[in-house]
Amino acid sequence: MARLTTGLSPVRQQAVSVSLATGAYGLSQGALAVAAGLDLWQTLALSLIVFSGGSQFAFVGVIGAAGSPWAAVGTSALLGIRNGFYGVTLAPILRPMRGWRFVWGAQVTIDESTAVALAQPAHDRDARRTGFWWTGVGVFVAWNILVGVGAVAGQYIGEPQAWGLDAAAAAAFLGLVWPRLAPRRAQAVAAAAALFALALTPVLPAGLPILAAALVAVAAGWGGPPIDLEPTEAPV
Amino acid sequence: MSAHAWLWVAIVAAGAVSWLTKATGHRVPERWLEHPRVHRIASYMTVALLFALFAVQGFTSGRALAFDARVAAVAVAAVLLWRRAPFIVVVIAAAGVAAGLRALGWG
Repeated sequence: MARLTTGLSPVRQQAVSVSLATGAYGLSQGALAVAAGLDLWQTLALSLIVFSGGSQFAFVGVIGAAGSPWAAVGTSALLGIRNGFYGVTLAPILRPMRGWRFVWGAQVTIDESTAVALAQPAHDRDARRTGFWWTGVGVFVAWNILVGVGAVAGQYIGEPQAWGLDAAAAAAFLGLVWPRLAPRRAQAVAAAAALFALALTPVLPAGLPILAAALVAVAAGWGGPPIDLEPTEAPV
Repeated sequence: MSAHAWLWVAIVAAGAVSWLTKATGHRVPERWLEHPRVHRIASYMTVALLFALFAVQGFTSGRALAFDARVAAVAVAAVLLWRRAPFIVVVIAAAGVAAGLRALGWG
């Protein structure tokens, strides 16, 4: 890695290493999507057009748990809300964005590109823009290639449970949420959401107990001290 | 329409919603979303949904609660995350623990 990024400015080096590390867990997304019942092309399409790790893992998780396609869309949409807030923060840095540049800029507005952009000094707008574009495009390329590799490998896996892929999916969700669990209140929200979803599992159709956990977020966020909506970097 | 075709429709719908959410953020005036309540709910939404997905994926089977090899696997995953292991290592270790236990006939 060190040799690979020699000669690049620090922000570009950071972008490349975040892209490669994030891409690596695209392998698990690809394999899990195929295990959940998507075919290779569906896995690739999901990854290319949804392009947000949490939303993709959620979509695949709901389908894998025999939930309806609409529960999968709903859960992935709710998990994508935070990307909308990243756009609000990034807009003044990236302006002006029009045409295809806007289409691309929106598509690569994710946790990692936002985190690297905002990690650069506030006065250095060029570094922030470079961080955003290099990380966004870098993750897009690495992630989608490795999702494809994971999906192809997943096709040769016979019984997903014998390979522990159901446990791998649970561990993936834990890994995605882990960096966000530092605040006490976040831990309480997580515990309440899990208990709520588990309690509803016997009574609601598959997929809906997870969507219902959104109500916990609404209840928890209704009052309380102001908090910043900061991206956490991927658990790399 | 077949289940396979509906899955395609859902993938395209999820993609459209995802892009529109991202694009909207770049275009709306900042003050529209400045309310602290909106920020809190959006922040907790991610935590609540990801942890609910973890719980359902880890501890249910169909419509029943299930405690099997996955419990040991996610315990190992939690320890590795606490030790700051890379994501891919955590995921592969969890799969290995569950696969190993099942090969031995447990869970």
